[in-house]
Amino acid sequence: MKDVILKVNNLSQKFKIKSKKLFDKPKILKAVNNVSFEVYRGETLGIIGESGCGKSTLGRTIIKLLNPTEGEILYNGKKINDLRGSQLKSIRKDIQIIFQDPYSSLDPRKTTGYLIEEPMIIHNIDDSKKRREKVETLLKEVGLDVKHYNRYPHEFSGGQRQRINIARALALDPKLIICDEPVSALDVSVQAQVLNLFKDLQKKHGLTYIFISHDLSVVKYISDRIVIMYLGKIVEIGDNESIYSDPKHPYTLALFSAIPPESPFEKKEKLTLEGEIPSPLNLPKDCPLTGRCPHEMAICSQKNPELVDVGKSHKVACFLYQQKGNEKNE
Amino acid sequence: MKEKLLDVKDLKTYFYLSSGIVKAVDGVSFTLEKGQTMGIVGESGSGKSVTASSITRLISKPIGKIVNGEVLFEGKDILKMSNKELLSIRGKDISMIFQDPMTSLDPVYRIGEQMIEVILTHQKISKQEAKRIAIDALINVGISDAEDRFNSYPHEFSGGMRQRVMIAMSLVGDLKLIIADEPTTALDVTVQAKVLELLKDVQKKTNTSILMITHNLGVVWDMCDTVMVMYAGKTVEYAKVKELYKNPLHPYTWGLLDSMPKLSQDSNKPLITIEGSPPDLRLTGNFCNFHYRCPYVQDICRTKMPELIEVDEGHFVSCHFQTRENTLERKEV
Repeated sequence: MKDVILKVNNLSQKFKIKSKKLFDKPKILKAVNNVSFEVYRGETLGIIGESGCGKSTLGRTIIKLLNPTEGEILYNGKKINDLRGSQLKSIRKDIQIIFQDPYSSLDPRKTTGYLIEEPMIIHNIDDSKKRREKVETLLKEVGLDVKHYNRYPHEFSGGQRQRINIARALALDPKLIICDEPVSALDVSVQAQVLNLFKDLQKKHGLTYIFISHDLSVVKYISDRIVIMYLGKIVEIGDNESIYSDPKHPYTLALFSAIPPESPFEKKEKLTLEGEIPSPLNLPKDCPLTGRCPHEMAICSQKNPELVDVGKSHKVACFLYQQKGNEKNE
Repeated sequence: MKEKLLDVKDLKTYFYLSSGIVKAVDGVSFTLEKGQTMGIVGESGSGKSVTASSITRLISKPIGKIVNGEVLFEGKDILKMSNKELLSIRGKDISMIFQDPMTSLDPVYRIGEQMIEVILTHQKISKQEAKRIAIDALINVGISDAEDRFNSYPHEFSGGMRQRVMIAMSLVGDLKLIIADEPTTALDVTVQAKVLELLKDVQKKTNTSILMITHNLGVVWDMCDTVMVMYAGKTVEYAKVKELYKNPLHPYTWGLLDSMPKLSQDSNKPLITIEGSPPDLRLTGNFCNFHYRCPYVQDICRTKMPELIEVDEGHFVSCHFQTRENTLERKEV
């Protein structure tokens, strides 16, 4: 049996958007809409989606930077939704997050050494001498040098800054790291270095990652299992291999066909969806892909499809596969 | 048969800052034929965008200056043109599409007004006719309800739609060259695919040339006929797309091709990387700029600048060890 480190049940995150008119009711934006999944210890779960699909909100909600509107988050079987104060602080020690922009996520007036030490100071770990030693080992571990200890963030390149962020996240020996587009702001040659670092650290420390990205090839490279999100919902979830070799959901198919080719000799058949991603304000109750889907049926605009298993723990939320599943059962 | 549209020779654009001279573009040469698409790839700071801006002389003075070179557009040197001549080319013969469509459209004017302005600048027609042309262009780029959308403001459009408007604007004239500077970088993959498809369509219909600046090699494989790889302001390799893919010669190109994660990649193997990071452009000089990071570096690389040599027909490379006489053995990785 696989060891579940994090379980998310029916999680929703709604935002109130003020109406333009005075005294009008605020609109509700459902950024994350009834999402459930599990993360196993030691794996990398990739979350893919286009901008506005709620992937970053999901990451922020898990680490409780946002309070979930509905649903529950279980870390090691313990519900962490309602934790406050010191209890929340102890959970935060185990779950860390790395953000996309390495420039704005480091305080420009603090030295590298202090930045990496800071989480340990906050959590009252060790004395200053031991902390210094730990910072030095962390610097080496992420591919920086001890001589960088007294330098300021502006003296580093984007890739190096992201390394500082990684060291900072590792300072508390976390179990789970949420990586929110950590390589999107980096150039390809540097991106490859940082991706390798992520993999090495995972092996060494037995870390679990939730890796959020819009870059399908990056997610393919780093993840064991993949979640595909569209308009706040999970449309498909499964093992890396089965998702890429046998994508099922019409949205996943369209997404994959839109990836630029890998060589000038490759001719891709383009499956495009009609129109654009609708606004997540006032979402209808039906399948989020209605109006854009090439396989639309009558049922699609009446009910919301649930995730159904199509084998090998590969799940799809689409009526096309639900019917097939039912036929098999009969 | 083949007609040269754009011929850039030894272009150099420097920026004079108090901290030193930034050699953003330091000797770039290429030619672009009619109806062809050329890609310029490189990492940030390699000078791709400055190359594009130099072609239309959109370099802000007095900090930036084009210090050397020729940009022959249909045989005439753009760098020697008077301002009046220049204005008659910009927007009419050459148009630019930028990465962020929000900053290239004026937020306080309606889309339609902005399009009419472009048309009336270059054509002596009535406003009614101009409107007709503008709406046709909007329909051509796949904007539904073009008549209504004509009166919308840029903020009412999504990123992909704004980029369509930019393309529509470049369609109103009798365009010869589109310079697209990272046109799809700010867009999602599905929207990117649509915008690229649209650019291809436009090109087929009007036989325009496209200069495509991107850091995404996938976009190059999809769109381009030829490709130039830039590193630290210099052309390091220039070839036909298929040739570059099959037979890349410069060690930087090897690194660039390898470090892209691919869908077909074995995810158990580590990605191949280029060690280090791109150099400070103030410190580039009389040596191979890649020598700090090159795994094949030798003494000559640190003391002498390699020239761009045509090693095969149409295949140029700038490396001391990749000449017609010598070839560098690519290490197994």
